[in-house]
Amino acid sequence: MCLGIPGQIVKIIDSKQLLATVDVAGVKRPVNIACIVDDTHPAESCVGDWVLVHVGFAMSRIDEEEAQKTLELLSELGEVQQEIEAMKESQTLLDS
Amino acid sequence: MKYVDEFRDPEKAKVLIAKINALYEQIPQIAIRPLQLMEFCGGHTHTIFRYGIEPMLPDWIELIHGPGCPVCVLPMGRVDDCVALAERPDVIFTTFGDAMRVPGSKKSLLQAKAEGADIRMVYSPLDSLELARKNPDRQVIFFALGFETTMPSTALTVLQAKNEGLDNFSLFCNHITTVPTIKAILDSPDMKIDGFLAPGHVSMVVGEQPFHFVSDAYDKPIVITGFEPLDILQSIWMVLKQIAENRCEVENQYARIVPPAGNEPGLKAIEKVFEIREFFEWRGLGSIDHSGVKMRNEFARFDAEQKFSIPNLKIADPKSCQCGEVLKGVIRPWECKVFGGSCTPETPMGALMVSTEGACAAYYNFGNLPELLSKRDQQNKENTA
Repeated sequence: MCLGIPGQIVKIIDSKQLLATVDVAGVKRPVNIACIVDDTHPAESCVGDWVLVHVGFAMSRIDEEEAQKTLELLSELGEVQQEIEAMKESQTLLDS
Repeated sequence: MKYVDEFRDPEKAKVLIAKINALYEQIPQIAIRPLQLMEFCGGHTHTIFRYGIEPMLPDWIELIHGPGCPVCVLPMGRVDDCVALAERPDVIFTTFGDAMRVPGSKKSLLQAKAEGADIRMVYSPLDSLELARKNPDRQVIFFALGFETTMPSTALTVLQAKNEGLDNFSLFCNHITTVPTIKAILDSPDMKIDGFLAPGHVSMVVGEQPFHFVSDAYDKPIVITGFEPLDILQSIWMVLKQIAENRCEVENQYARIVPPAGNEPGLKAIEKVFEIREFFEWRGLGSIDHSGVKMRNEFARFDAEQKFSIPNLKIADPKSCQCGEVLKGVIRPWECKVFGGSCTPETPMGALMVSTEGACAAYYNFGNLPELLSKRDQQNKENTA
């Protein structure tokens, strides 16, 4: 919950509701980007950006190198697997 | 240095440890007692144990593992409230997975689910919202838990629910706040902490400013810290350097993620939806003034606490559990009477044994268990002799 996980914004789903598709270690899911957009970074310009995702919300923009380092660390801590599991489980729940 | 080779950059770790050791001569108070540094955040505790940072440090540094694990400090009464809400036939109760096993006075959410309550683990409050859209005839409650790190996410979710007029969605708000809790620790009479590592991702939301009281009013150094093992070593060195140079400041070791002013849209959303509670009950620590938030009146129809009746009973922690003393650094986890005996990660009695971020679970999983237990028995013998 408090560590978050890096992902890359691949598509804007809804620029009004500030929803984007983020690729987190190969799993794509909708993520709210309200906390990382402002006048200098409108939603449309966010595709390709790396972000730190906490419980489905992009909370901070990070550079790609930092993102990779963090992913490695989280993977060692077992957190990546746990987050991905939680995301997938949540998705199954919504699909059912 | 059993673990240092596991670091991605062992050379850097060795340099930092050498720099920490080099400060020994410059800190005269070490002659009287070891320095106590508190890492507040459960995420830090997890990294410290996973990478075996404690055994790398000289014996004049003691790390105290703070209460920054939201699951760990959830009082039993609130778990009972969750169970009561979840057992309503009209309710789908949604929660992060790590809250499932926290013991209530009668049962955990996991047990309630096994008995038939509709409890679903979600990854994000957004997924709860989606469940509410898909189940218009059911009441979907999201169990909002966590420090400031997760507050923007639940606040933004409520704002979205309001925009859509989704009246079957509500929060059971149990968010807690960092600053009043650090203050309560500093005010505690048996407190001996010499410096703090501040939580990195809470700071990402709130910024540096809220921590100034630690250095200004309490004369303690505090360093905002990242989650890499090297971040933690570097921050320990930064705190010690402040002590050695007789400085007390808020320093930001995690500037690559933490902007000095925090996250403006996140803070705005928090301000819109939440207001400070007069007090909040913590497992192990008791009641702490202003340490939680509740939903503002204008969001009453999205507030499970106002919308449904909850038992809201205060349940005392089990007497044999010493979570409170562990959280304040008065005793170490393995010194607790029930540690490793009647309290284990499989059958936790105290909350610190529940989450992997809890200090007791960390010692249990990563420590040398037989050695710790025999050390405790030895201490007990000496105390009774």
